Amino acid sequence: MATGVQRQVKAVEVRGLTRSFGDRAVIDDLDLDIEPGQFVALLGASGCGKSTLLRILADLDRDVSGQVTVPRRRAVGFQAPRLMPWKKVWRNVVLGLPGKPDRERAVAALTEVGLAHRVDVWPKVLSGGEAQRAALARALVREPDLLLLDEPFSALDALTRITARGLVDEVWQRHGCAVLLVTHDVEEALALADRVLVMQDGKIGYDSPVEIDRPRDVTDPEFQRLRAELLARLGVH
Amino acid sequence: MTTTPERARVQPPPSAVDTVTLTSETARGAGRVPRWVLKTISPIVLIALWQLLSGVGVLEDDTLASPLTVVQTAAGMWADGSLQSAVVTSVIRVLAGLGVGLVAAVVLATLAGLFRRGEDIIDAPMQMLRTVPVIGLIPLLIIWFGIDEEPKIILVGLAVTFPLYLNLYGGIRNVDSSLVEAARTLGLGWFGQVRHVILPSAMPQFLIGLRYALGTAWLALVFGETINATSGIGYEMNKAREFFATDIIVVCLALYAILGLVADMIVRGLERGLLSWRPAFSGR
Repeated sequence: MATGVQRQVKAVEVRGLTRSFGDRAVIDDLDLDIEPGQFVALLGASGCGKSTLLRILADLDRDVSGQVTVPRRRAVGFQAPRLMPWKKVWRNVVLGLPGKPDRERAVAALTEVGLAHRVDVWPKVLSGGEAQRAALARALVREPDLLLLDEPFSALDALTRITARGLVDEVWQRHGCAVLLVTHDVEEALALADRVLVMQDGKIGYDSPVEIDRPRDVTDPEFQRLRAELLARLGVH
Repeated sequence: MTTTPERARVQPPPSAVDTVTLTSETARGAGRVPRWVLKTISPIVLIALWQLLSGVGVLEDDTLASPLTVVQTAAGMWADGSLQSAVVTSVIRVLAGLGVGLVAAVVLATLAGLFRRGEDIIDAPMQMLRTVPVIGLIPLLIIWFGIDEEPKIILVGLAVTFPLYLNLYGGIRNVDSSLVEAARTLGLGWFGQVRHVILPSAMPQFLIGLRYALGTAWLALVFGETINATSGIGYEMNKAREFFATDIIVVCLALYAILGLVADMIVRGLERGLLSWRPAFSGR
């Protein structure tokens, strides 16, 4: 005590969070901490409130009680790319940044996600995977301390999903931001995350670190063990 | 490879299969007259018929002047300058009315579209007023504003306000809320959201309103100019009526048609420029 209380800095700190729709508390007295730079995957059955939690952390839903602390610099990736169709791709990327639209910055971010050749096209011309990568560039250009991803791969075809997943892994390692990935896919969670959470009854019902060396191998016994455990937790047998 | 009698019986004779040869659409139409020729021929035939009927005396000049007379009259009106001055007067009226209506509609629709309180105050009266036929307001406008330029401009203004208002308001209210949400997560404030998301998203609908409004603008002008005016296309038309000058009336009708077409082309050009982000818009 003589040295004083060293308060650990968290990327996310949630205490006693409750969010109700009518009489039903979708999120019920939930606590959650996320360390800076940590990749957290949030699993849960449909309608369990995991997307609601993400929306609250993104400050899209303020109708809550409890205490929520998040980094000032956040970025969100949605299930759909949500690009503005009336703006060229590069203008979409830097939309909302202070100052004049900085084309070079947009080009750099698009290059990082492999879209250097799509800088000047309309978003409607992009394929689904390309649009989702452009949305990722738009998130990364903000240099967030917390990246919130709401099932960003679920609308992609199986092959595109694998490359998109690899891309998220790569940029996370490079940027070192904390990530909260909401997903239905247990293998996706285990391939990417440092830590997996399962949401149940409005709380974090299960919280486990994923201590498997990267790049991860699905045949790793620890991978198999966690996979079985998570599926059981999610009620799939 | 010998054919057994049984097998021969099973096989149908070759002639039993009824075949057709499929030709492509383009190949089938190749030998025919091109469509544009057909499209051009039918109006020409109609005009020729009109000229013929006038020539043999079935159509008298008091009923409908012949096409040749109409062209000559138009040339004469051009030469003495009455055609140009009538067109300029009418175009100025439409532009002034359109300007007034555009400002009114944009202000009202933006307030009603963006703010719930604005909707409560503005939308209900607008929805009630739009059911009043604008032309029916002419007597009131004359009482209020006399017979100068004001009642004509206001008539056109009123006629364009409603289609513009309804479409812009609808366009603003149809904005994809997921895009507004995305804009919020990108750090755009209220004005940024309006400027970068809501207004661009309402633009296609607004341009539909503008196109429709231009149509109603000419309609309102025709009424405004035929009832009380001392200049303009409608005035020329009305004056011609007194002398049974059907040639001038036809020239004036043609002028209205041409001006309407030009206005439509301008809006199409605007659409092409402003909506180029929509791949659905082929603009052919």
